[in-house]
Amino acid sequence: MTDPILKVTDLAMSFGEKTVFKNLNFTIDAGEKLALIGHNGAGKSTLVKLLIGLTHPTAGTITRIPLPGHERLRIGYVPQFRNLDADAPLSVASFVALNVGLSWRPWLSHQEKERVTQVLEQTQLTQIKDRPITLTSGGERQRAYLAQALLADPDLLILDEATASMDVDAKVQMMALVDTIVTQQKMALVFVSHDLELTARYTDRYLLISNQQLLTGSSKEVNADSLKGVRL
Amino acid sequence: MFAFTFMRHAFVASTFIALTCGVIGVFVVARQLSFLAHMLSEIGFAGAAFGAFLGISPLIGMLLFTLASSLLISSLSVERVQRESTISAVSSLFIGSGILFLALANQSSSYATDILFGSIVGISQSGVWQLVVLSLVVLLTIWLIFRPLQFDSFDSVGAKANGVHSRVIGIIFLILLAMSVSVGAQIVGSMLVFILLTLPASIAKALGHSMKQLLLISVAAALFGVWLGLWLGYLTNWPVTFFIALIEVICYMLALLVQKRRNG
Repeated sequence: MTDPILKVTDLAMSFGEKTVFKNLNFTIDAGEKLALIGHNGAGKSTLVKLLIGLTHPTAGTITRIPLPGHERLRIGYVPQFRNLDADAPLSVASFVALNVGLSWRPWLSHQEKERVTQVLEQTQLTQIKDRPITLTSGGERQRAYLAQALLADPDLLILDEATASMDVDAKVQMMALVDTIVTQQKMALVFVSHDLELTARYTDRYLLISNQQLLTGSSKEVNADSLKGVRL
Repeated sequence: MFAFTFMRHAFVASTFIALTCGVIGVFVVARQLSFLAHMLSEIGFAGAAFGAFLGISPLIGMLLFTLASSLLISSLSVERVQRESTISAVSSLFIGSGILFLALANQSSSYATDILFGSIVGISQSGVWQLVVLSLVVLLTIWLIFRPLQFDSFDSVGAKANGVHSRVIGIIFLILLAMSVSVGAQIVGSMLVFILLTLPASIAKALGHSMKQLLLISVAAALFGVWLGLWLGYLTNWPVTFFIALIEVICYMLALLVQKRRNG
């Protein structure tokens, strides 16, 4: 599994006179598990937005290379924040199904319903599928966000600080689940986090944004001591 | 009451208005656009006055003003936080112009009252057809963009993250809302059309557990309000708009009570 699916060349991003980063060069291979780390404001979320095409770089290119047999590279993104109405009348299943894809039909086809059921099972949400999304626990809701992203059958899954607001046990459970899914489905993973224990355990390589530049290495080598001098 | 032509026209018109406002209202409430719906209603009044000034149909004037203001609002307010102040600024401009056009048009005060508070006797056969066509355009467009509109309305962050063109969907929705305001104002008037755009959907939000239930309850509440309002207006000769407003507010209060009791 060494085919690159995403190639970043001389990437730079500025907001007015503030340069977030410049000359970033890296690739992501199919099935690779990456951690994206860096201190608050280093540009992790900006880089993620660039990778999924939500915003455009000041300079440089991002090449998304489709897997053989696919028309485009499919990216699943689990954002850090959600803006859900406390009274939103959506069950867990209907929340997940929001990402079922485009069609002129408002209702779900038989195949689409099956796909939603399959993803709910995969993310261990079957038992609470009828519960209103706003009445779920933090961990359950995060799994629902994950399930929604998985519904698009992504080749690359990006978790943007998806475990930030969870307790230690819930974080490990969530990441163990993510690890199982991305390994089984040969998905590439970009895990944005400040938690170096989790990144060492569940990713192979890190990308560290520091002082507008990118450093990389094995995730196993990353710990608080090895990063002295780098603000995390 | 159906022996009278104007009542038959009013019945058909109000049925389509209820269907349109009931459906689009669900998204107005989900997208937290009640304030915009209210302002568009008032802008509709200015549009109708503009129509009177030019000597064209009030419906065309309303459409022109509500569509222009919707597009202006969507082009000025990129961020949600900017939206309310942008809506206030744009609506002030349009409402001020409306007062000027009404004065220049030299229309009677009853004309202004009809625009503001609605009139069931004022709808002609051709007016009914215009209204039905506009309603069908709105409903068909909602049908076609239902999935991305639903995603963007209930989970805007997730929608953007998963490739929904939120900005395009937002602009299309504002155009549909502008059309619905113009349609609805024909019976209940421009001042109170936001009642049909917000209260049936709010009733549905208090009682419904799924998107299907939301749409059904919202349309049912809107239909109940306009049909009963028309009948009571016919019986008493009091303004239909008063009855529609009263019925919708009572239903909303009851829905809140049911919701409160259910939530313990």
